[in-house]
Amino acid sequence: MKRGPPSTGAAVQRREGLAKLTGRERYVDDLPLEDFLWGMTVRSPPPSPRGSITAIRFGRDVDWSQFVVVDHRDLPGPNVVYLIEQDQPVLAAGVVRHVHEPVLLLAHPDRDALRRAVHAVEVVVEPEAPVLDFRLPSRSDEIQYGPDNVLKHLRIEKGDVARALAQAPVVVEGEYETGAQEHVYLETQGMIAALEGEVLVIRGSMQCPYYVLNALKHALARDETRLRVIQTPTGGGFGGKEEFPSHLALHAALLALKAGRAVKMIYDRGEDMAATTKRHPARVRHRTGLTRDGRLLAQDIEVLLDGGAYVTLSPVVLSRGLIHAAGPYFCENVRIDGRAVFTNAVPFGAFRGFGAPQTLFACERHMDVIARTLGMDPALLRRVNLIRDGQSTATGQVINDGSDRVAVLERALDVSGWREKRRAHAAFNAARAPVRRGLGLATFYHGGGFTGGGEVYLKSRLQVAGLPDGRIEVRSANIEMGQGTLTVFTQIAADRLGLAPDAVVIAEADTARVPNSGPTVASRTTMVVGRLVERACDDLRRRLGLSESARGDSVRAALRDWHRAHPDQSLVGEVVYEKPPGINWDDATYRGDAYGAFAWAAYVAEVEVDLRTCAVRVTDFVAVQDIGKVINEILARGQVQGGVVQGIGWALMEECKWQDGAMVNNQLTNYIIPTSDDVPPIRVAFLETPYPHGAQGAKGLGELPIDGPAPAILNAIAEATGADPRTIPLTPERLMTIAEFGMRNAE
Amino acid sequence: MRPDSKAKIAFELNGEPVEVAFAPHKTLLEVLREDLALTGTKHGCELGECGTCTVLLDGAPVLSCLVLGLACEGRRVKTVEGLAQGSRLHPLQEAFAALGAAQCGYCTPAFLLTADALLTDNPSPNRDDIKQALSGNLCRCTGYIKIYEAVELAAARLRGERAEPARESLYGSR
Amino acid sequence: MSVLLPGSRREALELLARSNGAAMPIAGGTDLLVHWPQRQEEHDRAYLDLSGIAELRPVEWTPDALVLGGLTTYWDVIRDARVGRELPLLAVAARQVGSIQIQTRGTWAGNIVNGSPAADGVPVLMAYDAVVVLESVAGREEVPLERFYEGYKQMRRRPDQLVVAIRIPRRPYTFQRFVKIGSRRAQAIAKVGLAVTHSAAGGGGWRVVAASVAPTIRRCPSIERLLEEQAAVHSPEELLPAIARDVTPIDDIRSTAEYRKLAMARVLFYDVFRGREQGAGSTDHGRRMTDNG
Repeated sequence: MKRGPPSTGAAVQRREGLAKLTGRERYVDDLPLEDFLWGMTVRSPPPSPRGSITAIRFGRDVDWSQFVVVDHRDLPGPNVVYLIEQDQPVLAAGVVRHVHEPVLLLAHPDRDALRRAVHAVEVVVEPEAPVLDFRLPSRSDEIQYGPDNVLKHLRIEKGDVARALAQAPVVVEGEYETGAQEHVYLETQGMIAALEGEVLVIRGSMQCPYYVLNALKHALARDETRLRVIQTPTGGGFGGKEEFPSHLALHAALLALKAGRAVKMIYDRGEDMAATTKRHPARVRHRTGLTRDGRLLAQDIEVLLDGGAYVTLSPVVLSRGLIHAAGPYFCENVRIDGRAVFTNAVPFGAFRGFGAPQTLFACERHMDVIARTLGMDPALLRRVNLIRDGQSTATGQVINDGSDRVAVLERALDVSGWREKRRAHAAFNAARAPVRRGLGLATFYHGGGFTGGGEVYLKSRLQVAGLPDGRIEVRSANIEMGQGTLTVFTQIAADRLGLAPDAVVIAEADTARVPNSGPTVASRTTMVVGRLVERACDDLRRRLGLSESARGDSVRAALRDWHRAHPDQSLVGEVVYEKPPGINWDDATYRGDAYGAFAWAAYVAEVEVDLRTCAVRVTDFVAVQDIGKVINEILARGQVQGGVVQGIGWALMEECKWQDGAMVNNQLTNYIIPTSDDVPPIRVAFLETPYPHGAQGAKGLGELPIDGPAPAILNAIAEATGADPRTIPLTPERLMTIAEFGMRNAE
Repeated sequence: MRPDSKAKIAFELNGEPVEVAFAPHKTLLEVLREDLALTGTKHGCELGECGTCTVLLDGAPVLSCLVLGLACEGRRVKTVEGLAQGSRLHPLQEAFAALGAAQCGYCTPAFLLTADALLTDNPSPNRDDIKQALSGNLCRCTGYIKIYEAVELAAARLRGERAEPARESLYGSR
Repeated sequence: MSVLLPGSRREALELLARSNGAAMPIAGGTDLLVHWPQRQEEHDRAYLDLSGIAELRPVEWTPDALVLGGLTTYWDVIRDARVGRELPLLAVAARQVGSIQIQTRGTWAGNIVNGSPAADGVPVLMAYDAVVVLESVAGREEVPLERFYEGYKQMRRRPDQLVVAIRIPRRPYTFQRFVKIGSRRAQAIAKVGLAVTHSAAGGGGWRVVAASVAPTIRRCPSIERLLEEQAAVHSPEELLPAIARDVTPIDDIRSTAEYRKLAMARVLFYDVFRGREQGAGSTDHGRRMTDNG
């Protein structure tokens, strides 16, 4: 549990930092490009989320002969964006299922002319009955997917929930809702497609080059040798550049193929916010049986996700959401039933946390509702129920990682001054001023890597090449989007072979050069792929005939010797993912080891609530987590602080306003994210209990920090005001409707 | 001027005189990126909310998406490309590097320029001054904390103090 | 697009007259250029760029008034220490306009003629009895700001007129407060704005000006009367009838009518009706209502 000594690279600076700090880093829209066309999208208009396209009218004021125009008939292969299910068209063919569905693509050398042309196209939709509220059962004329509009139904069962609930001395129920969230990566989606000889080259902002490659292969009916996908420096992703870039790459590719010239597509913020994916809205219901002293006896949980108009990644978002729904607690009897349902909303997709933030919000807010019902200290309720080594989760995964979850909690309470502050707040609030203070807690966990058998299915491959000058090159498809992949991979490889960081080259994520090490998602890059880096370093050392302990000079010398002996040959260490021993998952029963490892955390938020305006300010924040091993303190702290602030936004201010299943506040004036002035001090502490199958003992970190802030903040608001908020974002407007309590008391 | 004719202005860009011709409706952001090939200045929203297009106009931070190129005749413009002196980084750039205040990096040039203007104006800003001065620049990666720390470090160094990053920021609390 | 670049006030007025009012004056551009690349239909018209007219920029103190120029920016006012001492709400409001990047470019005159019901600068100007000085080749005209607006984005400015100055009477104030309720602490558009002043000097009295709760920024005569009469008010709810007479808030993309009414009542009750006693000599002239300090 205690932190070990820092690894050699603890203070290694971001590798691409200098380029980013001098303005030299070239994001996709910054790349020099000659003789190209701009591409834009014509989308189905509001107010018809569902219907048939009865006409497409081209305005008379535009000379259309100067434009490249693409529609669904221009697809060489199936009109499908390849993903879990093959249901989403690249371009709408006759019918639309949501507002802003792409219908036509236009290209022209002049961006202003192109903008005018996009506005000059009228898409006429004959409306049919849409489904817009995911919480209501669909009528028969609204069914558009399967027999009941359910995209995916999953169930996790452990013990006998019905019996345990019937016998429980106390049963507490609660219903919780979370809203959609927009990623607001600062760099909008962008892509360039160009034919270089026979090869169609895609360059752009993305998290998963091989997802894009597969989508191109499928819909363009083009084999891999004539396709190449290169990730450009990516200005934030947060999941928003997981599956969506496949669409944009296909659009740019179709235009480039038809035009015979390079095509660049860069979304403006309005299009990006209106037409791309968001975090799934969710409703979660809990029925919990307990002893009078707060021990969990039964957890009956029902999860409902709004999937939107196509399947996208909803089944796996649902899966991760369900697995995290019961929280980091031990309970003998658990039933988690979940559905992701079809609506005619712009499809929802991957967003940092991937279903877990929604279900953990419900779980952790519910824990405080339970504590209030029992008249129990919320920290004590959690301490009693936190899972201990040897106990099992809802899926039956026995936790035995040596991590001390109670110590994580205690550290958060200590650092935040929990006990003293709670006393001070009680005294402050007793004065009945129009301002109230409160402290809230959340304990939670996040599984690293793909769920269940996902990593086995991915079969990630990675190479470390030995170069003639004694340096090495890491070849992976995992990308840098701000989270630190380039730096962490550098440190892992350098530490493994005893080399200086600048003796490590990280290859550009170019599918023509790097093997498929899987997507840059699911908190898997450091933990899972980083481990592949270590093993590929080991393989390289083996190929050099060196012993396992060879490091530094001996490695460098061996590399030079090998190349002298084998001129013009390449030397590559290569590995494929191997399932760590003892990890077993059964997808049919949804039982077993859902993740190789969980990271554990306890977050404490302090708030001030102004009862005049119901504005909430987070005044202090403490984030404590055990992530196995901190490989780079600076990067790890940045991930936590950034995730916390994203969580503050989701909890308090980030609200997508919907009309006809589309976001209408699709500009940064009215979709509000935290500014530097909205951020409290965020104190971060790490505990380390190494995970033997993660790089240097590391577990996943990227998503964990978005799971805890929302429930901790709402618990603090409940504590400050006595109100019982159940929905986020908890805007001042929403809080005012449930906080009539306050003003009469504020004297 | 006819709609399709080009406008031409002369101004000082990063300490050097420049002349540039462009379509008269273009914003300073478009002129910098498209006509002067200075792509360090980014676009993020085109409505003055995200701050990523910040440059200094006569030393004051402005949003280059809300300034017409034509309005810059005879003015002094500084972009991220003008921060370093040759190969010597500006203390803000050094501090941002040391403390990891750039993550995805897309908002970084604008933060550097806004902070540069702040420190010119107020060499000893406190944390609240920094938070307010930078509140027009959105960042979605860092949670801002490391950016404040970096501005504080750079401010100390610019005042001539021998400041180093806090040990906890680099190595954590152990 | 054509851009006219006058070098003096006189030249600007002549160009404006010659264009028959067709040329759109542009100062800081912080409102006009929003979403500019996408608004191509507006690229084709003529613009009168005022930025080169040095004589419109300075802040001038006369014995009985502060005179802001037609190009005076928020930043100019923030930098003027005397404003902070004598008419502090101007500086308080200026700091809450957008971000520093907006404050350095945006002008007070632009804030007035943009006509937004959510403007931050206009409420404090109105609470200080500011007068809008309009000029055309035909001469000058002065319109009190409280009578300047005639409806949503409708105002008493002819297309050939420029706002060349804003005159703010110098008076001793016994109560001054500006409250902006936004959706976050910085860079927010007001969901409710309130500027309240009281001066015992001649022509003074209570001024209560509200933003974002009516088609225009406007004074609240019923609330002012309650304050003048020193009516006893015991709870925020007791202010709701007067609020209903004075303003007509709506549900929109930023907030709800209900929230606006209640928040306005609570802020008026706690910060004005209860704060009257502490008002004189107070240095806390304004707050962001997401700031609970």
